[in-house]
Amino acid sequence: MFTCSIAGRSYGFGSLKELMAKASPLRSGDQLAGIAARSAEERVAAQLLLSEVPLQRFLEDLLIPYEEDEVSRLVIDTHDAKAFSHISGLSVGEFRDWLLSESVSGDVLTRIAGGLTPEMVAAVSKIMRIQDLVYVASKVRVVTAFRNTIGLPGTMAARLQPNHPTDDPAGITASTLDGLMYGSGDACIGINPATDNITAVMALLQVLDDLRQRYEIPTQSCVLTHVTTTMEAMRRGAPVDLVFQSIAGTEAANASFGITLAMLEEARGMALELKRGTVGDNVMYFETGQGSALSANAHHGVDQQTVEARAYAVARHFKPLLVNTVVGFIGPEYLYDAKQIIRAGLEDHFCGKLLGLPMGVDVCYTNHAEADQDDMDTLLTLLGVAGCNYIMGIPGADDIMLNYQSTSFHDALYIRRQLGLTPAPEFMEWLQKVGIMTEESGLALPGLERLPLPDKQTLHALA
Amino acid sequence: MLLPDQVERNAWSYLKEFTDARIAIGRSGLSIPTREVLRFQLSHAQARDAVLQPLDTQKLYDQLEAQGIKFMTVQSKVTDRTEYLRRPDLGRQLADESAEKIAALAASLPAAPDIAMVFSEGLSSIAIQTNLLPFLKVFNAVSGLNVRFSPLIHVEQGRVAVGDAVADILGAKVVVMLIGERPGLTSPDSMGIYMTYDARPGTTDERRNCISNIRPAGQSYMQAADTLNYLLSESLRRGISGVDLKDDQVALE
Repeated sequence: MFTCSIAGRSYGFGSLKELMAKASPLRSGDQLAGIAARSAEERVAAQLLLSEVPLQRFLEDLLIPYEEDEVSRLVIDTHDAKAFSHISGLSVGEFRDWLLSESVSGDVLTRIAGGLTPEMVAAVSKIMRIQDLVYVASKVRVVTAFRNTIGLPGTMAARLQPNHPTDDPAGITASTLDGLMYGSGDACIGINPATDNITAVMALLQVLDDLRQRYEIPTQSCVLTHVTTTMEAMRRGAPVDLVFQSIAGTEAANASFGITLAMLEEARGMALELKRGTVGDNVMYFETGQGSALSANAHHGVDQQTVEARAYAVARHFKPLLVNTVVGFIGPEYLYDAKQIIRAGLEDHFCGKLLGLPMGVDVCYTNHAEADQDDMDTLLTLLGVAGCNYIMGIPGADDIMLNYQSTSFHDALYIRRQLGLTPAPEFMEWLQKVGIMTEESGLALPGLERLPLPDKQTLHALA
Repeated sequence: MLLPDQVERNAWSYLKEFTDARIAIGRSGLSIPTREVLRFQLSHAQARDAVLQPLDTQKLYDQLEAQGIKFMTVQSKVTDRTEYLRRPDLGRQLADESAEKIAALAASLPAAPDIAMVFSEGLSSIAIQTNLLPFLKVFNAVSGLNVRFSPLIHVEQGRVAVGDAVADILGAKVVVMLIGERPGLTSPDSMGIYMTYDARPGTTDERRNCISNIRPAGQSYMQAADTLNYLLSESLRRGISGVDLKDDQVALE
């Protein structure tokens, strides 16, 4: 029992789980779950009490019992006690002060990452302001590689997302070429297919691989289908670079996605055997998002931000090339408006980075959320300052398959120019070689002489 | 006078033929040109209006009456639009007095209907305003099913699953829910149809068949009506819906 008294009003919280939920900055998903603080003062009371909780307690007082959940078991069984020993004497509030210290560099944070559990980073994030989340995350660099190197200081990558409502290969090729001409595609060229059909998925993998080889692009491709579909595609000899899967922070939520940790391990093993990476072997790509566990009724009464951080513990076990939170995709019943979306995006980026993940963010919203493109500009700029590894690049920010708005190829150019960032080095070299980018990192459109695009006939033949 | 950098147009604009995505939109400096930015804002404004503007029920009801279509209006447990967006659980339940109203209707019918016909504005009032009546006209013309349909039930502020509650009270074998879909930027007026066999409160989504993107610029009324007709006859014949039925359709292709 955690109790305190403020101006004669007493507050009590029966468990660490309840304390975490009540200490969470306001969001509609926790209200929907009936676990949010009932007043502003109750929220701060919970934050005050949470700040006094020793980090050590999170290793003993598990929010979801070890016996009931394989994510809990993964967190405990892989915990690095030696790394944790540097901070084991701190409370949550002292941990915040420690993170903000000038002497705690990115190298220090990288060394302790294995000692942190998702619950520890979720807890401290709840008592951090936006500028804290930005500053601390910006200290940490997480570098991963496959055919290029992502996450180096001074870089920001973009996933080229050329979705099409009917998976039409010509339409997807058209959007891909457009994105390449604007310098997007270093994180990966990744399609969300309209169907999980194995034949269709294999056809798309081939289209992307042909395109990559034709123009000798140092990047990786991905069709974001269920892990079992990708495994079948690998068995049938399809050119699979990255294995994609949506993941969540509880065993039950992952079960609702039709996955287990063992399944992810097996898929990773298969992808590693293909040895398709040239400069690195990070072969996994994960997507997450606050609220997914509640929507699967698999949250165990844990607040949505903490469950999200637990998904990062799943992700880090498989050494992914890319992880991104699709922060505003889930809708207003989980993140009601731009204020909630912006804070959630920065929390997710912070928690992921602290746990050692190559975090990207799908800066996005749906049309039934209280948000617009101005809000995305705000979040994008904050994430740029926070050192986010990558964002999405979508034609005009409008995904015509998934029906939501994200960031455009132009948005990626804006944030790179504004903050003096470049694409991944191998990809930038290619952009310069084919004449899309100048030596001074300017955009040199159109560059068609050195990068001949397919004509109409060729594209019609694809369709 | 200093002129702004010329808006650069893309040499690959011929690619636009292959997708509705916003490609080859040019650039002003590194940013999206004015015309394209405003085109986007207009689309977003239309999508927002679709979500937030109420259905013009008077106009719609007049049209239904003119067509001789019998209907009844009931409410979900949602009290206003903000609550509708925040509390999908309430949008899936009938208000108590509405449940009684439907029970009274059920008692007045000579026999339980085979098919409960239900609609709701859902997340897009424009979708229902635009597509409901023209679709029903086409569907009624092509449907050769020799079955009993319920009167059309309008559930205000409903989610897909509220149709399950209606079907349960009416004792219908199948429920057809016509609903305004979450508006996309290029499709603020998209109507969806969900068909569920043996629906009752607690029924889960894998038991549903969905016909999506029904709108003038999307899936045609005729195509959607044909599909619904096929799904209904198969569902009634085999006593199933959802994943099982969908798999068969793929196999037929």
